[in-house]
Amino acid sequence: MALVPREARQRSSLPVMIDEDKCIADKGCTVCIDVCPMDLLAIDPDTGKAFMKFDECWYCMPCERDCPTNAVHVDIPYLLR
Amino acid sequence: MQTHELEYDIVVVGGGTAGPMAAVKAKQRDPNLRVLLIDKAHVKRSGAISMGMDGLNNAIIPGHATPEQYTKEITVANDGIVNQATIYAYARHSFTTIEELDRWGVKFEKDHTGDYAVRKVHHMGAYVLPMPEGHDVKKVLYRQLKRARVEITNRVVATRLLNGPNGEIAGVMGFDCRTADFYVIRAKAVILCCGAAGRLGLPASGYLMGTYENPTNAGDGYAMAYHAGAELANLECFQINPLIKDYNGPACAYVTGPLGGYTANGKGERFIECDYWSGQMMWEFYQELQSGNGPVFLKLDHLAEETIQTIETILHTNERPSRGRFHARRGNDYRSRMIEMHISEIGLCSGHSASGVWVDEHARTSVQGLYAAGDMAAVPHNYMLGAFTYGWFAGEDAAAHVAGRALPALDASQIEHERARIFAPLSREHGLPPAQVEYKLRRFVNDYLQPPKVTRRMEIGLQRFAEIREDIERLGAADPHELMRAAEVAAILDCAEMAARASLYRTESRWGLYHHRVDFPERNEEEWFCHAHLKKDASGRMTSFKKPVEPYVVPVDESERGAYSRLRVARTSQPVAA
Repeated sequence: MALVPREARQRSSLPVMIDEDKCIADKGCTVCIDVCPMDLLAIDPDTGKAFMKFDECWYCMPCERDCPTNAVHVDIPYLLR
Repeated sequence: MQTHELEYDIVVVGGGTAGPMAAVKAKQRDPNLRVLLIDKAHVKRSGAISMGMDGLNNAIIPGHATPEQYTKEITVANDGIVNQATIYAYARHSFTTIEELDRWGVKFEKDHTGDYAVRKVHHMGAYVLPMPEGHDVKKVLYRQLKRARVEITNRVVATRLLNGPNGEIAGVMGFDCRTADFYVIRAKAVILCCGAAGRLGLPASGYLMGTYENPTNAGDGYAMAYHAGAELANLECFQINPLIKDYNGPACAYVTGPLGGYTANGKGERFIECDYWSGQMMWEFYQELQSGNGPVFLKLDHLAEETIQTIETILHTNERPSRGRFHARRGNDYRSRMIEMHISEIGLCSGHSASGVWVDEHARTSVQGLYAAGDMAAVPHNYMLGAFTYGWFAGEDAAAHVAGRALPALDASQIEHERARIFAPLSREHGLPPAQVEYKLRRFVNDYLQPPKVTRRMEIGLQRFAEIREDIERLGAADPHELMRAAEVAAILDCAEMAARASLYRTESRWGLYHHRVDFPERNEEEWFCHAHLKKDASGRMTSFKKPVEPYVVPVDESERGAYSRLRVARTSQPVAA
């Protein structure tokens, strides 16, 4: 018998949300992705819009403050709310 | 995955507070120098002051305070265990740094005569200068970096320093957290400005990244300095801070204190005379938190509406602006409800306590060509202004150090060893997830190192850390981002072991809660009025040793030495009739 290692993904509610109607990442903007100290944001290849990729948020807010179109909203992570 | 081999005169690691100042001052001293600033985040928004700062906590401004008075106060607040030369050097340069920042465009509060509006928060002197519009500090720094033509590389995680043939610094290695490209950067001097070891303890919330410090500051600098052979000082003097419960950011008494706010117990009573963060203050805070009078609150509900509005404007736009959002969700209103406080997880940080890489008054470490500044450099209670000032010292001294000097020879085996160490997790199938290993490690830090410290408990902690060290060899990473977290776990583990060994070495209690040992509850001046240093010895083992406290530059009277031991508000047993 061979023991087979498997991995599970845990669902997580993410605190940073993007208004895709306002986000201009598909026009070449990467401001929120650039300024995140933890490097947590990325561009979704399907939509061309920014999204939160990793659940490691410090709720520090440069992404929201520096967004040129007010498309980013930072909430307090659920565990701390 | 490429390898980039670069050569510079000076490399500054970390672009938060001290780093930009160091890079700019090195270039100003000699514009021909090739100076590189690398950051694991983006210099525009990296470090502890990512969103700016709401005030200076240690401004020594003529007419308000003197360098001698400040040096004395910080000596007393640290139970005498300081190298006064480093504090005095900071204090004498403090106002010069403020004037430079003012010229650059950082806004400080001034009164109607144009003088700086200094406030009193400390026990003895007045050193707090509010910055109600301090949210643009990083923008100001970025402009200066561009003006001074400092080269910048973002998203590179520095992991190890290179040593030359005589142990001197020869450069730094690391990797890009998006591409996993390997960087070998040769240099004649390296200035470490990597911030605190802020991901050491696990916050009470259990949320890994809900730390007091910016979680990018995982202790990388402490680990790099240690492995390069540098001495670290008084690591057992932990950082523990009073914070908003759950939110885990400052409330913040330095802003609200001068406006009439104060720390209160569950009955709304003041129980400490002074809200300035010291080990003794944290001891009283902890006692109250655990007592029947607990928990502890920040009390503002007695203040006038216009004062509350001023406080909201400052606290909800600077440093940690999301605290306003936290309060709103909880239904907290400064006008009607006290804010529940708690104590932070433990960390290593000289910006707030005294635990860091040993430096002299020029920011030099004990390794030739290696400098450290900011939260990670052991100049007690140095805060943001101390980071700027020691960054300044480091930049200028490093510029002088590299003049006419050749790049030290490289040791190829160091590079290959580090390449193998860094990238191993990428090729391990079903390797341990870094987040799980980090969670367990940091829970052990809480279980075994959090004060009050107990000898047997810390010894068990060392056993658990040794087991986690085996797990480091089994870490896996699915992508470059996770590879960054894997590298950080190794640094956190080094810091945890250093914190445990340093705490076991000093067999007395000192610095209030920061180093309270239940089985050695008394302060022992005869044996322990000294620094305790830690380093990697010739055989690669972690070793601790004593260093005498340097002769004081500013004498401290016997009557003044106990000022910070009497912080609890005295209460009469019978209410006095009015």
